[in-house]
Amino acid sequence: MSDSSTRSTGTTPLLEIKNLEVGFQSTNGIVPAVRGVDLTLMPGQTLAIVGESGSGKSTTAHAIINLLPGAGRITGGSIMFDGKELSSYSEKQMEDIRGREIGFVPQDPMSNLNPVWSVGFQVEETIRANGVATGRKEVRAHAIQVLKEAGLADADKRLKQFPHQFSGGMRQRVLIGIGLSSRPKLLIADEPTSALDVTVQRRILDHLETLTRDIGTAVLFITHDLGLAAERAEQLVVMYKGRIVEAGPSKEILQNPVHPYTQRLVAAAPSLASRRIQSATAQSETHSLSDLDYAPTKVTEGLDLIAAAEERVESRPVTKRPDAIVVKDLTKVYKIRGQGKGSSGELVAADKVSFAVEKGTTTALVGESGSGKSTVAKMILRLENPTSGQILIDGTDVAPLKGKPLLDLRRRMQPVFQDPYGSLDPLRNIGNTIAEPLQVHDVGDRTARRDRVLELLGQVSLPQSLITRYPNELSGGQRQRVAIARALALKPDIVVLDEAVSALDVLVQAQILQLLAELQSELELTYLFITHDLAVVRVIADNVCVMQQGRIVEAASTDAVFDNPKEQYTRELLNAIPGAGIILGV
Amino acid sequence: MSNKPLSPTHFVAPLEETPLVAIDAVNVGERKSNLWIDAWRDMRRRPMFWVSAVIILLVVVVALAPNLFTSVPPNSDCQLSNSNGAPTGEHILGFTKQGCDVFSRIVHGTSTSLSVGIIVTILTSVLGILFGAFAGFYGGWLDAVLSRAGDIFFSIPYILAAVVIMSVFSAYRNVFVISLAIGIFAWPSTARVLRAEILRVKQSDYVMAAQAVGVSNLKILMRHVLPNSIAPVIVVTTISLGAAIVAEATLSFLGVGLPNSTMSWGNDISAAQVDLRNAPQTLIYPSLALSITVLAFIMMGEVVRDALDPKARAQR
Repeated sequence: MSDSSTRSTGTTPLLEIKNLEVGFQSTNGIVPAVRGVDLTLMPGQTLAIVGESGSGKSTTAHAIINLLPGAGRITGGSIMFDGKELSSYSEKQMEDIRGREIGFVPQDPMSNLNPVWSVGFQVEETIRANGVATGRKEVRAHAIQVLKEAGLADADKRLKQFPHQFSGGMRQRVLIGIGLSSRPKLLIADEPTSALDVTVQRRILDHLETLTRDIGTAVLFITHDLGLAAERAEQLVVMYKGRIVEAGPSKEILQNPVHPYTQRLVAAAPSLASRRIQSATAQSETHSLSDLDYAPTKVTEGLDLIAAAEERVESRPVTKRPDAIVVKDLTKVYKIRGQGKGSSGELVAADKVSFAVEKGTTTALVGESGSGKSTVAKMILRLENPTSGQILIDGTDVAPLKGKPLLDLRRRMQPVFQDPYGSLDPLRNIGNTIAEPLQVHDVGDRTARRDRVLELLGQVSLPQSLITRYPNELSGGQRQRVAIARALALKPDIVVLDEAVSALDVLVQAQILQLLAELQSELELTYLFITHDLAVVRVIADNVCVMQQGRIVEAASTDAVFDNPKEQYTRELLNAIPGAGIILGV
Repeated sequence: MSNKPLSPTHFVAPLEETPLVAIDAVNVGERKSNLWIDAWRDMRRRPMFWVSAVIILLVVVVALAPNLFTSVPPNSDCQLSNSNGAPTGEHILGFTKQGCDVFSRIVHGTSTSLSVGIIVTILTSVLGILFGAFAGFYGGWLDAVLSRAGDIFFSIPYILAAVVIMSVFSAYRNVFVISLAIGIFAWPSTARVLRAEILRVKQSDYVMAAQAVGVSNLKILMRHVLPNSIAPVIVVTTISLGAAIVAEATLSFLGVGLPNSTMSWGNDISAAQVDLRNAPQTLIYPSLALSITVLAFIMMGEVVRDALDPKARAQR
């Protein structure tokens, strides 16, 4: 221990993990979550661990600071941090390391600040706990400094405020401030921005980068976004099923992925795919994606987003078709209770929104949280009534429809929602779930319905044996397939996809996007695609409407929006797609 | 792919170490699984479930066929010479003050206690589910009206209310009236639990999906919302069945329950209190029967709650 200060300088690693094994105790013995991970981080360096959910990336990070959830424990290997063997540390010894020498920024800024204490109190608590400063005044002064560093103007006033008075981005800034308050040598950031809007994400990460560079803190990033990881970290570690499959310099891994799994990830990441299409279209005037110097390998076959996008472009109809959806001056105003006594305000969720969707094409409605995109979708689906404006489906005004005509409208237009865990009734089996629309609309008899359900399961590539199974046996991606099958049961013309792929892992997301593209060309579907993710838009949509604060600020074809954005806000959004600064090997 | 040489720090694991599996492959177990199936599997493994199930089953059998358990008549064969007598061969628990067989009276009193418990439970469930479901699902003015109505009933302790009702209707003291008197003020807790659960469940995307398909509101309530909200009601109901049995005993003990001619544990406990010192068996055994039965229902409620709460299950 005595020579720890000398060892941490120079070329000795700050963090050296060797053959780390972590398991979770269950009733059937220990389930391994991390299996023999080696990892080296030099002082001041930034390293990102990338992987899907369940890959062991978060478990590895939590093992370093001994914050494994209840049943988890380190079953083997060593964690050397700054000359100290952390895996043998007791809980008490660990408390001195945590916060003081290793800072931690958690994933969800909404639940990681205690709502009943002021922000200042929580910052001061950390400062006191880590012995950064003592004495009321000093602690307070230090807390103000932390918040100032976190980028909050008038920090001394903000100190007295409570977490609910802060936006998500502000809270994450505070958490980063807390994480860095005692100038740790290492900061672990576990998906620090995955709950935030892209433009906020970009600002927060820029800020984090500046701060850690100034202090000289090494950063261990945990993320599911390959583009983000490569952009923000010098070193990349790709994890799969508890093991490291590939590690090395970020840019090299991205340009030259060797392990088949990394190749899969690179091919499926929307941020990278959109980047690639971008550079390809910029190079060639023909806009043909087949000119792309990129050959998917065998393992990535059937999962390549660029190939999918290319297919879409080829099958795009040449002649103009009639509009399936026309929205004119659609406005929705919510009455809200005001902050003051007896006052009430109005929230304009959608403000004179107008657009049209051509039959058989995909229009994406893009915007950050609170932009009103979901409200528009709900009004089109007649799940909310518009305050004013008109919605025409195939030329028919839907507002006055009631009873039978409304039921007929529902038959032609179906939704798929975001949360795969919430969109299926947990107590109804898959067969009944998919057959429900058929029942409601009295389509066919029992056997005919069963046949249709089996056909639909085939269309979304699910085994027919699932018909008697329940949703809790399925993964998120599979549940979303079931939701798509239910939406297709009545052979609709229009499908409204409300963030339908946002909650899925990249590979599964790519798979579902491809399925959607196939179904569209097969069944001539019209998609209204609601999303916050511009990168996904690039590979699936023909036209884009960018929404901000209830208004459409820019609407054009996808190529036009990406190649030649007219509005400042659109440019901001485009620049915020992770991976912007990466030169790809295309 | 370019064939540039890898930099020295670029590590690639051999493919054999972590072979790629199909993305998002369907991997379902051999057995079906949903909330109820899982709950049943969970309960089956617990001794507490079996203990309480056996006791409840025994109580039900005793209530339905008391003569299987005792051949001694509970009322007609009483002899004052046996007053407060100690146990003998045929009369294993001794005699009451009136010289009746304690065991026989307990056995024959079971059906009264259980009937009250079951009738009260049915009553509170029906009222609670009706009020809770409509208030929670439809909201607005209907919720305001139904919830305030519930609050009024909730603000009066149901034992107190039952005492008043039974005193007023003293001419009609029977199992149905006493059940009505208890049940009419006990349902708001069921309604509240259900309402809260329905408020949660109706926000689910699957409810919105059903709306978008065109399922009518009432069908959505019956098909999707109610089945997904009923679990906590079952827990509350199981536990309150025990509480209803206690309430009947309490009312009978206070002298405003069932008439003395009706055999019930409450009446027996009430009659025995004067002789607590010289004949404790007359008090202890009916009390024990009451406690064990109520305990069985409460234990069952606990087991059901644990089984239906996946979070509690994950922690074990």
